[in-house]
Amino acid sequence: MTMLDDRPSEEANPELEKKAERAEGWRGFFIALPTYAYLVVFFVLPLLIIVVFSFAERSRTGKPVLGEWTLEWWIKLGEPLVRTVAIRSVWLAFLNTAICLLIGYPFAYWIATRKSAITRNFLLVLVLIPFWSNFLVRTYAWRTLLDSNGLITKVGEWTGLWGKMLFTEPAVFLGLVYGYLPFMVLPLYAAIEHLDWNLVEAARDLYAGAWKAFRKVTLPLSKPGIIAGSILVFIPSLGAYVTPDLLGGAKTTLLGNYIVTQFKSGRNWPFGATLSVTILAVMMVATIIYFRKGGKTL
Amino acid sequence: MRRLLILLAVVAMLAAACGSSSDEGTETTAGGSDETTTTAAASTEETTTTAAGGTEETTTTAAADGEESELQAKVNACAPEETDGDLNFYNWTEYIPYGSAAEDYEVTDLVAAFEEKYGVKIIQTFYEDNETMLAQVEAGGAPYDLIVPSDYMVSTMTHPDVDLLAKINKDAIPNLANLDPLFSGLPFDPDGTYSVPYQAGTSGIGYAYEFVDDSEGISWGLIFDPEMSAPYAGLISMLNDERETLGAALKYLGYSVNTTDQAELDEATAILKDANERIAAYDSTSFDDLLLQGEYVVSHGWNGGFLGSYDEASNDDYDAYEDYGYALPIEGGIVWVDLMAIPVTAEHPCTALTFMNFILDAEVGGELTNYTYYMSPNLAAYDYIDPEILEDEMVFPTAETMAQLEFIADLGDFGLKYSDAFAIAKG
Repeated sequence: MTMLDDRPSEEANPELEKKAERAEGWRGFFIALPTYAYLVVFFVLPLLIIVVFSFAERSRTGKPVLGEWTLEWWIKLGEPLVRTVAIRSVWLAFLNTAICLLIGYPFAYWIATRKSAITRNFLLVLVLIPFWSNFLVRTYAWRTLLDSNGLITKVGEWTGLWGKMLFTEPAVFLGLVYGYLPFMVLPLYAAIEHLDWNLVEAARDLYAGAWKAFRKVTLPLSKPGIIAGSILVFIPSLGAYVTPDLLGGAKTTLLGNYIVTQFKSGRNWPFGATLSVTILAVMMVATIIYFRKGGKTL
Repeated sequence: MRRLLILLAVVAMLAAACGSSSDEGTETTAGGSDETTTTAAASTEETTTTAAGGTEETTTTAAADGEESELQAKVNACAPEETDGDLNFYNWTEYIPYGSAAEDYEVTDLVAAFEEKYGVKIIQTFYEDNETMLAQVEAGGAPYDLIVPSDYMVSTMTHPDVDLLAKINKDAIPNLANLDPLFSGLPFDPDGTYSVPYQAGTSGIGYAYEFVDDSEGISWGLIFDPEMSAPYAGLISMLNDERETLGAALKYLGYSVNTTDQAELDEATAILKDANERIAAYDSTSFDDLLLQGEYVVSHGWNGGFLGSYDEASNDDYDAYEDYGYALPIEGGIVWVDLMAIPVTAEHPCTALTFMNFILDAEVGGELTNYTYYMSPNLAAYDYIDPEILEDEMVFPTAETMAQLEFIADLGDFGLKYSDAFAIAKG
């Protein structure tokens, strides 16, 4: 605190200023040291291990044999089965993201435009409440709602609008949207809440209609929120595993299940590693491009 | 500031969501998640050891050989009833009666009985599939003295390139005399060199009498024949397991479940793909419960799973056995046996051998089956098995049916074709 107070008087001396900056840089480094260590040990190293595994020969029990290298698994990526599974997973993740955005945007907009801060915070807490219990437990709860005797099925049968949804594709999407909607709503809320409403007012003053003002001002200004939300929904839904298994009856093979199979009954760890590295790399590149295009970080 | 908080919240949630989605997705017990963590820890550990081994391969292998023969020497020196410390028992979940489960089933607490008789403790750890157990033992992270691999896993673990099991000292297990001849000369361990049978069972079809006519026996056609299975479309479940489910298709076609003929496998893949639209779910965890709930009418699963659930659903006023059955299809099905074995990680092999002998005791073997509802490989135990279970063909199939059943064998590299075929069949 005192340092900050002293600063104005020191500012005249550029030498000292530089020194202080350097000291601050070092201090920052030391403060962040535990984080660096954590990232290296629990993120970079495991990642490197997966990369190494992906080039290894497979043993009879499915483990990678280090020292015997092969490109077999990277070539296997070109097989039609892998392509089908990948396309299906990407399509599922894309649809889920689109649905979440369509539902999440108006919802976040509505929360962000409530006048009282108490109401806004209350609504935000409501969004967060589902996270107080485990995702797996919540998915099982959906199973109870969607089976033949489930409440949702009964309502559907009574109104004649829908039948039993358990083990169908709509059930998978219901589960996915339910699970990932908060990831979309929260960044959108943050973006919309910080919007400068004077700009919207100015647009209206200049005879822009409500729709035009939204399209030309509100929407572009909330773009960082849209990008962040979409990434946060897309990436985990690409690896969706529990929901398609429990609500969809494991009827189709998705990337997540396909990778798990490689590590278990498939007994092919190197290929599982190859798939994981590929997804990671593709997602990383896509995210970087997305952010560059978006022009802004969060 | 608030923006930062929200960001933090989102990241935390994401982490939580990823955490749970990487979870098995089968069991919600604390044990389940615990297991996941240990596996992860073990596999990293394994990596480092293997990496180290890579550089000095010859030395490490030699050391490993020496260690193994040391264990083998220890095993060979064990006398009957000898114990050399507490037993680290790595077993399937709900596979031995102890604690409150034993009380619920009104059977002897076998863990306590062993502990009391021999004055040693049993430290239990659990797994839910053979592959998890294999990874753990291969990693060598924990000093397991006794494991219970299934048939094909015994052949995997005894393969010369893998070599993870110690040979049994038969002199230390006098109760081997109680073993049913049916369970000697098993294809994956013909002389019983490495393993001693624990429990056995079959996979077939559980069904509701109300909807399925079984007067001429049950056929795999209930699932694979387009006409026969039409009434059950959307009410059929199959195990989410490539060898079991493709095995069922192969049996329906009259082939061996262990075929390594690509054309036969392709044919089985095609009929499974065709049946896919009639199948409600691939379900290895709740096939029995959802059959009772009416979500399935025809359900492919393990006999012990069905019988345990039928029993649980029955009470003084209701008998689930009157509404639901289990049968091995007329085309034949799959039989499996889980066996006790001493892994190379063992530190107390004599206790392990004594435990094997204990399980093969007549009364103990009887109580085990009274709890698991699985077939006992222990002939002497028949006197102590609940007559209702013993006479139940769902548990103890007739010799005729048994002759039609096949064990799943480890197919080595061809096994990869089965995982891909299963993914293809699912579409």
